[in-house]
Amino acid sequence: MRSTKFLLTILVLLLSTTLSVAQNDIMRQARAEKFALTNAKIYTVTNGVIENGTIVISNGIIEAVGANVTIPSDAIVIDYDGQEIYPGMIDSGTQLGLVEIGSIAEAQDIREFGDITPQMEALTAVNPNSEAIPVTRVSGVTTVITRPSGGVFPGTAATINLFGYTPDQMFAGSKGLVINFPNSGRRWRQTQEEADRARERALKTLNDTWDKAELYAKIEDTDGARYYPEMEALARVIKGEMKAYIEVNAAKDILSAIEWVQEKGLTDVVFTGVSEGWRVAEELAEAGIPVITGPVQSVPTRSSDAFDAAYKNPSVMQKAGIKVALRTNDTENSRNLPYHAGFAAAYGMGREEALKAITINAAEIMGLEDQLGSIEVGKKANLFVATGDPFETSTQIIEVFIDGYQIPMTSRQIELYNEFLDRVPGLNKNPVTTDQ
Amino acid sequence: MKTLRLTSIFTILMLLFSINDAKAQAPKGDVLIQNATVLTITNGTLENTDILIEDGKIKNIGKDLRQPNNVTVIDAEGMFVMPGIIDAHSHIAGTSINEGTSQVTAEVSMEDVVNPMDVSIYRALAGGVTSIHLMHGSANVIGGQNETMKLRYGTTNPDDLRFEGAPRTIKFALGENPTRGGRQRGIQPQTRMGVEAMIRNSFNDAIKYREAWADYNSNRSNRKIAPEFDLRMETLVDILEGEILVHCHSYRADEIYMLMRVFSDFGIDKLTFQHANEAYKVAPELAAFGASASIFSDWWAYKLEVYYSTAYNAAILTRNGVNTSINSDSGELIRHLFHEAAKSQKYGGLSDNEALALITINPAMQLGIDNCVGSIEVGKDGDIAIFDKHPLSTYAIPQMTFVDGVKYFDINTDEADQRIMIDPESTIEDVVIFSREDFDMCMHEESLVNFYELVNEEK
Repeated sequence: MRSTKFLLTILVLLLSTTLSVAQNDIMRQARAEKFALTNAKIYTVTNGVIENGTIVISNGIIEAVGANVTIPSDAIVIDYDGQEIYPGMIDSGTQLGLVEIGSIAEAQDIREFGDITPQMEALTAVNPNSEAIPVTRVSGVTTVITRPSGGVFPGTAATINLFGYTPDQMFAGSKGLVINFPNSGRRWRQTQEEADRARERALKTLNDTWDKAELYAKIEDTDGARYYPEMEALARVIKGEMKAYIEVNAAKDILSAIEWVQEKGLTDVVFTGVSEGWRVAEELAEAGIPVITGPVQSVPTRSSDAFDAAYKNPSVMQKAGIKVALRTNDTENSRNLPYHAGFAAAYGMGREEALKAITINAAEIMGLEDQLGSIEVGKKANLFVATGDPFETSTQIIEVFIDGYQIPMTSRQIELYNEFLDRVPGLNKNPVTTDQ
Repeated sequence: MKTLRLTSIFTILMLLFSINDAKAQAPKGDVLIQNATVLTITNGTLENTDILIEDGKIKNIGKDLRQPNNVTVIDAEGMFVMPGIIDAHSHIAGTSINEGTSQVTAEVSMEDVVNPMDVSIYRALAGGVTSIHLMHGSANVIGGQNETMKLRYGTTNPDDLRFEGAPRTIKFALGENPTRGGRQRGIQPQTRMGVEAMIRNSFNDAIKYREAWADYNSNRSNRKIAPEFDLRMETLVDILEGEILVHCHSYRADEIYMLMRVFSDFGIDKLTFQHANEAYKVAPELAAFGASASIFSDWWAYKLEVYYSTAYNAAILTRNGVNTSINSDSGELIRHLFHEAAKSQKYGGLSDNEALALITINPAMQLGIDNCVGSIEVGKDGDIAIFDKHPLSTYAIPQMTFVDGVKYFDINTDEADQRIMIDPESTIEDVVIFSREDFDMCMHEESLVNFYELVNEEK
């Protein structure tokens, strides 16, 4: 009897080993269960740090957080042994899903033809199976704004969670119209004359179009009014139904944009880019306009500026009282968001504020603060587990949850590592033959 | 007649003397750095240690070193001292990058286009960088010769930036860039086959050229005419004879493997692959050949040939015994190479020393300057970077940077405007809004002539 029991135990053990191997093989699929993440140091962002805390995830939502949480009997319990849990990081400006390969036109859906295409929807062109998405999310970035570019009104940006098989499964619930405010600064390799001409043109396009859109917003519901998709998209901003992300960088353009926004009576406005925000931080703060700035790891806009002007920019604005979120403005390397935040932290912002800039501030700016940006009961279970401070490169991200799904911790870059670290065959497969 | 002769000899001597004099002008400094954590790279980490630099060279490393007279002392307690960072792939301080008139331009050299007044030099110093490899671009198969430099910012003389004694190096390029150049110009190469053929043809031409000169020199006579002197061929011969190190722009594993085969056939062994995003796929072959790789920490997907990249490249190469460095190829990244190297800890868990070697001794070996720089050792140059925290921490901020014992950056006395020369015709508020593509300097080129269209003009 005793020996049968022993044998059974062995059998069960063996079986479970093979099962776990099989599970590893299919770990490309995410898991949605009721989870209890225990014994972790939880950085809630909005309610301090909980030592030895537990998070219960159910139906994609954070059901409980705290040091004394009752673990539901049907939950899968994962003991993190003192590791740190943070809300998923939010990159407030990327081209993720829209650009697969930078130099190939066919692999990019980012810029539609023309200067006035506000009816273009970034969400439509998001490729949920982009290789860059797993690469990004295994680094703890769970949510991004993905935005179209080019022209004056390139279209509508969307906030997406980095897990899902259709754009709708990824959509996080916030969109904004992108406006490229006429830029007085030069682009690299552009002469000042070219830049000035381009700015004049853009300014005319912006104002003429906006005048028409204001008229359209007034008359669109009257009988016989013709339907213009461009005007329809702009009218939504004019009527306060959608926010505007206004890309503006040079100091004097920021001042002009503040004036423009006030003149047009727009209230739900976010400035993006804002490279020279530090020069006009007081005016920006007074206008009460939140900003999405970055990349932080960037060269100064003027050759006369200090080497660290871009590193310090987020901190100067934050200290002036502006609500600051950060972006990488990248695609495949949106995974570097924590390091941009780390640089902002080192150059004056401090770790706590820098963490807010890639979590709760971003959520608030997008109007998603009831769902994202912190570890609180009732919010989406977007979070990650790290071996330490995620701003440090020595830290490993060991687990990611998005919308309550436990995400497979793999990407093509990790698979290539596993395949090639100790390649088989190595140097010698067969005697080398050549046709020389 | 005789006096005239004497005068001219005197003049020539004076001239020679003054030229020698001008060459020896690189400033050398003396400094004693005290109580630092010293990351020597080649000899471990030394706590509470002093470094004495005299006349530009590291004279002594140890505890409680005696302070010689008239030597500045820096109290580096709580700070981290590492060798000055070396960027094996840079285009800052270059006024032009690509010679676009031919697919083989071995005769040109970046030494002719050095701009010592580029403010990017100061910004690199502010990131702890002391030496760079100013490279020719990648638009053609055999590009121009590169220039290894020390960042002695503050001079208006390009020659002051020379790295004395550094071996000559040259740029090669494989894959998309030269084949795109071929298509744009309507000439070979337009495929990776054409690239290989062009390299083999060039070396075979060089061998014939060398033979022609050897033949002429071995049996000179008045009746023989000397072969035509050709600087392009001279340069290729120098490569064959191992006098010039080859740094080859490359991405895909197949093209990396191809060049190793070609070089084996021609007996060339001094080879570093630049970028080399897929070097990890042929790491055993690279190790066996003894080739090096100088790579990005994590750049990928900006073109097709870097789509199958992995940020674990540095770790795979290091574990397979390939000498690997991390470079910037960018006026932005060069300012935080210590952070780029640190990413090798996230991607593959390299040790602190292995990670720091990626930006110090390893690139020094790739440039053939490891006898002078790349580690903190007695006798090496006083090229030093001081950080407030461990340089592999994201929070680390460079504090001071020394080249030859001379301080070129000090965060305590840093002033915003570091321009040496201000263009009197520039606008007062010259604002440049950069995008990431602006830093892909390798392909910045002059407008290309399409030879096919030139020849077939009537079409």
